[in-house]
Amino acid sequence: MRKMLLAALSRVLQGPAAAGRTGAVSEASRVMVASRNYGDFASEASFEIKKCDLHRLEEGPSTTAVMTREEGLHYYKTMQTIRRMELKSDQLYKQKIIRGFCHLYDGQEACCVGIEAAIKPTDHVITAYRAHGFTFTRGVPVREILAELTGRKGGCAKGKGGSMHMYTKNFYGGNGIVGAQVPLGAGIALACKYFGKNEVCLALYGDGAANQGQIFETYNMAALWKLPCIFICENNRYGMGTSVERAAASTDYYKRGYFIPGLRVDGMDVLCVREAVKFAADYCRAGKGPLVMELQTYRYHGHSMSDPGISYRTREEIQEVRSKSDPITLLKDRMVNNNLASVEELKEIDVAVRKEIEEAAQFATTDPEPPLEELGHHIYFNEPPFEVRGPNQWIKYKSVS
Amino acid sequence: MAAAAAALRHLATGARLAPRGRAGGPLPPYLQQLQQRRGFRVSAPAAIQVTVRDALNQALDEELERDERVFLLGEEVAQYDGAYKISRGLWKKYGDKRVIDTPISEMGFAGIAVGAAMAGLRPVCEFMTFNFSMQAIDQVINSAAKTCYMSAGSIAVPIVFRGPNGAAAGVAAQHSQCFAAWYGHCPGLKVVSPWSAEDAKGLLKASIRDDNPVVMLENELLYGVPFEMSEQAQSKEFLIPIGKAKVERQGTHVTVVSHSRPVGHCMEAATVLAKEGVECEVINLRSIRPMDIETVEASVVKTNHLVTVEGGWPQFGVGAEICARIMEGPAFNYLDAPAVRVTGADVPMPYAKILEDNCLPQVKDIVFAVKKALNI
Repeated sequence: MRKMLLAALSRVLQGPAAAGRTGAVSEASRVMVASRNYGDFASEASFEIKKCDLHRLEEGPSTTAVMTREEGLHYYKTMQTIRRMELKSDQLYKQKIIRGFCHLYDGQEACCVGIEAAIKPTDHVITAYRAHGFTFTRGVPVREILAELTGRKGGCAKGKGGSMHMYTKNFYGGNGIVGAQVPLGAGIALACKYFGKNEVCLALYGDGAANQGQIFETYNMAALWKLPCIFICENNRYGMGTSVERAAASTDYYKRGYFIPGLRVDGMDVLCVREAVKFAADYCRAGKGPLVMELQTYRYHGHSMSDPGISYRTREEIQEVRSKSDPITLLKDRMVNNNLASVEELKEIDVAVRKEIEEAAQFATTDPEPPLEELGHHIYFNEPPFEVRGPNQWIKYKSVS
Repeated sequence: MAAAAAALRHLATGARLAPRGRAGGPLPPYLQQLQQRRGFRVSAPAAIQVTVRDALNQALDEELERDERVFLLGEEVAQYDGAYKISRGLWKKYGDKRVIDTPISEMGFAGIAVGAAMAGLRPVCEFMTFNFSMQAIDQVINSAAKTCYMSAGSIAVPIVFRGPNGAAAGVAAQHSQCFAAWYGHCPGLKVVSPWSAEDAKGLLKASIRDDNPVVMLENELLYGVPFEMSEQAQSKEFLIPIGKAKVERQGTHVTVVSHSRPVGHCMEAATVLAKEGVECEVINLRSIRPMDIETVEASVVKTNHLVTVEGGWPQFGVGAEICARIMEGPAFNYLDAPAVRVTGADVPMPYAKILEDNCLPQVKDIVFAVKKALNI
C-alpha cells in the first residue's frame, strides 16, 4: 500500500515532463518522501572498532565487528529500553513511589547489551547493585523490574528484594555488599567447570569494588583452579564520590589480576564490548582459566538517587560524555551512516519503547503491595510450613517455602 | 541364651568393651542381669563405640558417595586429611574434584562455596575454627542466609558451613569464641550443635541433605571422645531432624538444658546430684536454630525448675534466649523459681590453665546452679 502511494506521489512530483526520461529528476522531485522501502537497507555492515589494551595476552579481540541490521535494531531497542526505564525510575523515585536505594545505569547501556550479545542464555551473570540493565538483558520484563522497584507483588522478587535484589534464571542478582558478588561469581564458575557443560560465568564489579580484598582472594583461586570466570570491572570513573585517582594506586583495573590476563575495552561501544566478551568467553570455554576485563564506561546519574552527582565531577564532563560518547547515539549514527536503518525507523522504535515503559510504570504504580500474610514466606527453601515471630510473641506469621 | 549369644557376637566383632559411657541410656533389663551375673560390661546389641571424629568422617563419606553434587572445601581438608583429621581418607577416595584444598582466604572461599551452591552444587565448607568464620561472616549471612528470602524463593543455597566452635584447650582468646548466639540470631540460617557421635553423624547428614544454609558448630575437644552408636545410627540413612532436641536423661526435679560439649558436663553433674537424691532431666538441644523450645517447655512443666548451660558468653546468649522464650510461653506458670544460667565467664578466654578452667562451666558450677534453682 505504502509502496504504491510512494510510487504515485513520486510520479506526481516528477511532473509530466519527466515521465519519458530515465535518470532525469525535476526540481519538485528533490523533495524526499519521509519513508523508504525497507528493501533499501543493507543486511549488515562491517565496523572498525577500537583496539583493546592487552595484559599478558599475545592477541586480543578482533578490531573489526560485523553487525547485521537485525542485531543493530535489537541492540538499539534494548539500550533505549534500559535508558528510558532508568529515567522512568528516576521520575518515580522523585515522586517517592520508589524508596530506599536506586542506583541507575543510564550511560552504561552498551556494557550489559554488549555482554548479552556475546554470551548464551545458558551462561551465568552476577553483578552488584547497579543491576537493572542486566536484569532486563537476562530476561526479566520491564514491568516486573519497575514493580519490584515500587515494591509490589508483581515485582520479579514479589516485592521482597527491591532494587538491589533482582534475580532470574542464570542471573544471580543484584548484590548489595560491595565486592561480595565476585567470589560468588567464581563459585558459579566452579559449578560450571564441575558440571562440565561448557558454560562460563561473568562476575561484574565497579572501579570502587576493585579495591576489595576478597576480589584478590578470588583472582588467586580462580587462576589456581582455572575457573571459567570472566571478571569484568565496569569502570565508570567514580566509586560513589571518589574518583579512581583518589581510590586506587593503580587505575589499570585490567591489570589488577596480575597473573590473570586482561583486556581494557571501550565500554561505550556496544560492538567493542561484544567482541571483547566473545573473545573472553572463547578463552574461558577453552579451559585456559579466568580473564579480567575492564569496560571504560560512564554513568550520567550520581551514584544513587541520593547523590546529585555533581559535587565530585563537573556538569561539563557529564555533558561532554553525553555529546561525544553516548552509547545509543553512537549506535544510531553507525546504523544510519551505514544504511542499516533510517532515522525515522529508529524514532518509531523510540516511540514504541516510551509506550512500553509508560505501560510498565502504570502497572508498577497500580499493582498492589505484597499481602502481609506473605511477610514470613521464603525464609527457607523446600521446607514444611512453620511459624515466624512478628514484633511481639503474639504476632505470628506463617512461613511457606 | 539370646543375651549370651548377643554378648559373644559383640566380642567377635572386635568392638571395644569400654565401660558404659554416659552417652547411652540405661541398659535393657536382660543385659543388666547379664552384667550382674557374669560381671561383663556390655553394650546394647550391635552397638559400637565410635568417636565423634569417625562419625563425622562417616557422614561425609556417605554423603559424598550418595550425591555427586556434594563436595568439601576448606584449608587442609584434602591432602592433609583435615586439620583435625575429620576428612581423613576422603581426598584419596574421591579426588581433587570432590575434596578441595583452599588457600588461606576465608572470605574468598566461603563466597566461592556460596556461589557454587547457588549454581546447583552442595558444598560443605569447612572453617578450620569458627573464629576464622568472622572473616567470611558477610558471605554466611548476607549471601547465604538471606538470598532465599530476597529472591522470594527462587534461589536456594544448599550449603553447610562446619568446623570446631568454642573453647579448645589453651588456645587463648582469639581461638576460643563460641558463635552459637551470633549465627543463631539470623533468620534464613539453620544452626546445629552436636554433642554425641550420633548427633554428629545424624546432624551432618541431615545438614548436607537440607536445601538451606546450615552452620554446624562442632567442638574440637569432642572429636576424640567415643560414644555408643546404636545399630540404627550406623545405617547410611540415619538422619537426625534439624530443630528437635533430645532428652538425654529423664528426671523429675530440674530441667537442665545444654548444647555441645557442656551436655557431657550436665550428665556428669546429674550423676553427682542423683547421689543426693536430685534427679535432673538433661536436654541436649542439638539445634540452636530452629530451637526446640517445646521439649524444654514440656520438661519445665514437669520439673518446675530450669537451668541452662552453655560455653558461650552470658550476654545475649543461648541461655538468655531460652529464658526469654520460657517466660513468654505456658511453662512460665510452672516455674517455682527463676531460671538459672550457667555460661562461660564474661571475659576473653585467658591462657593459663587455672584461669581457663574457671572461664568455662565445670561440673561443680552446674551442681551449684541446680542447687540454687532448687534452693537446697
